Amino acid sequence: MTPEDFKKIGETHRKKRDGFDYTINVCTAAACVSLQSDKVKDELTRQVKEQDKKDVCRISGTGCLGLCASGPLVTINNDQALYGGVKPEDAAEIVKNIDKKPVKRLQIPADMPFFARQTKIALEHCGKTDPEVIGDYLALEGYEALYNCLTTMEPVEVIDIMVKSGLRGRGGGGYPVGLKWSTVHKAVGAKKFVICNADEGDPGAFMDRSMLESDPHSIIEGMAIAGYAVGASHGYVYIRGEYPLAIKRLKAAIRQAERQGFLGKNICETPFSFDVEIRLGAGAFVCGEETALIASIEGRRGTPRPRPPYPAQYGIWGHPTLINNVETFANISPIVRKGADYYASIGTERSKGTKVFALAGSINNTGLIEVPMGITLREIVYDIGGGILGGKKFKAVQTGGPSGGCIPEEYLDMKVDYESLAQVGSIMGSGGMIVMDETSCMVDVAKYFMDFCQSESCGKCAPCRVGTAQMYNLLNLISQGKATMHDMELLEELCDVVRNTSLCGLGQTAANPVLSTIRFFRDEYLAHINDKKCLAGVCVIEHKEEPVL
Amino acid sequence: MNDAASKDKRRKLVDATMRRFGHSQYALIETLHTVQEAYGFLDDDNLKYVAEELRVPLSKIFGVATFYHFFTLKPQGEHTAVLCTGTACYIRGVPGILSAIKKNFSVDAGETTEDNRLSLLTARCIGSCGLAPAIVLDGEIAGQVTPEIVVDRIGRMIQNDT
Repeated sequence: MTPEDFKKIGETHRKKRDGFDYTINVCTAAACVSLQSDKVKDELTRQVKEQDKKDVCRISGTGCLGLCASGPLVTINNDQALYGGVKPEDAAEIVKNIDKKPVKRLQIPADMPFFARQTKIALEHCGKTDPEVIGDYLALEGYEALYNCLTTMEPVEVIDIMVKSGLRGRGGGGYPVGLKWSTVHKAVGAKKFVICNADEGDPGAFMDRSMLESDPHSIIEGMAIAGYAVGASHGYVYIRGEYPLAIKRLKAAIRQAERQGFLGKNICETPFSFDVEIRLGAGAFVCGEETALIASIEGRRGTPRPRPPYPAQYGIWGHPTLINNVETFANISPIVRKGADYYASIGTERSKGTKVFALAGSINNTGLIEVPMGITLREIVYDIGGGILGGKKFKAVQTGGPSGGCIPEEYLDMKVDYESLAQVGSIMGSGGMIVMDETSCMVDVAKYFMDFCQSESCGKCAPCRVGTAQMYNLLNLISQGKATMHDMELLEELCDVVRNTSLCGLGQTAANPVLSTIRFFRDEYLAHINDKKCLAGVCVIEHKEEPVL
Repeated sequence: MNDAASKDKRRKLVDATMRRFGHSQYALIETLHTVQEAYGFLDDDNLKYVAEELRVPLSKIFGVATFYHFFTLKPQGEHTAVLCTGTACYIRGVPGILSAIKKNFSVDAGETTEDNRLSLLTARCIGSCGLAPAIVLDGEIAGQVTPEIVVDRIGRMIQNDT
């Protein structure tokens, strides 16, 4: 197939779409589906038929529109009107008013900061296309980046674009993508592999799930470009078994891409061949670690091994392997299309481009957002997030999940980039961002994450296996008001040991939530220990002997 | 292997998965996924069968099956409730919901009620953080729930078919 052909497919599709005066898009990502957006879609379709507007009006399911808190979401012609909290019984009114003024009752202002403050690159197609239709993707320049790479560029030139764009791995570590690609490119091996890490294990993160559900083709295209750049002909998507909708859409997208010749042998009539297979994860947080993930794809227990050798040299079945996460791959095609300079013009000195966050917790506008690097936390929490739920007082933002930390109010004006977050003892992580208010107890939060780490520890190395369990016990004592200052010192010492002696990232970062809460909320720890009091009123402290005055 | 088992349609699905991977040992996790999907849990017979077919020691299969949270070695009740315990859900009231379910239906997390009507499970995170706190009742996600709503919905769910 030539570019003319797939442009034609896109064009035909676009015409089919543009033949209608109105397109009603219904969000069919998991959050809205769970609020019965599928029933809303059915009812809209029925109403269009009933009100005889079949010739002017088209109903389509789309990916995530972002503002999950106000779901189910419906848009008219993408930005003409945005409706939130739509129920099936609202369908008649929406269709009736389609050529008149929007229904005020349901309307969400499209210029609200939640939308206006975002910069969408990785999420550019989310909410605008039907994830189950490849034509929608082709109509928006889909697979053009891949075609251009294959026909006009050498692999090193593609890598050069990535280097210049300044893109860093979005899975958490922030390793420069260009450098990683070039290492795998230079590695010697008859066979090479590309793996997309979609094993979103952080509790409180749903970026990967949303992207796979909303725009699976952009991830496939990103993987194929990576495959061309590093010289791989086979790709795996390692995806969580807990994401049935994402798996279903990705499977369908792979089939469509194969049928249209964007995957398989001689892609776009070039010598390059690449195929993609899905491997189901089975719910182990440690499998986010590269070597553990490889072990899991090979059908074994997901235990990490010491590095080096790095997967770039010695990966799956001993072959050089490139591993990037979902968001990283979603950025590839836009970077190739729009140019490295464009991407590098966004963001800060050392953190370029945009970052997708899953905004959740005690905040008004929960949902999926993409913001330029360097935005302040205050802008995210108060402008985009719309402030704290129920007018409560802000306490902390948690980033990076069980490997990250809690950032207190005094750092709200800090810029969000890899370095700044590391300076305050947290990490960028994959993009989970949980906002906590005054009703959250920081000792309890630290205990929650340590409970997670101790149960997710694979058990291979002693510092992590034993250390996380001991830290959990100590945190438990503190939260119950049974600890002494000696326990607190022991806890801090253990943090240091586990961090410095664990085999993989899980153990090395497991202490972060504890260290950051001790650093910024020491008074809460002391209140539990000395005054036997939980300031937020979360922890249950048994008072054995009430002092009699 | 007896005749009844060989004719079992579900067993054919398991065979198909193993065949797709040429009965290589790498197929283990994918095969276990198929077994669980077809049978609802990983039963001893199937684990032994997979061990033979893939020529993987049973001990190794047991290791893999117990390592990953997704796999369960116990059959589920007629209805399942999966409570999300992700960070967003946790800070928005999961502990209260969990104790309400435990109290009202006398079942612990990871257990099934004595009458086999309800299995209560917890998930690390179901990725519906925008709807926190969330629970999955027989495959359907219910978001922004309270202990009262959950108790009511589970009650209706397990009564539905009596």
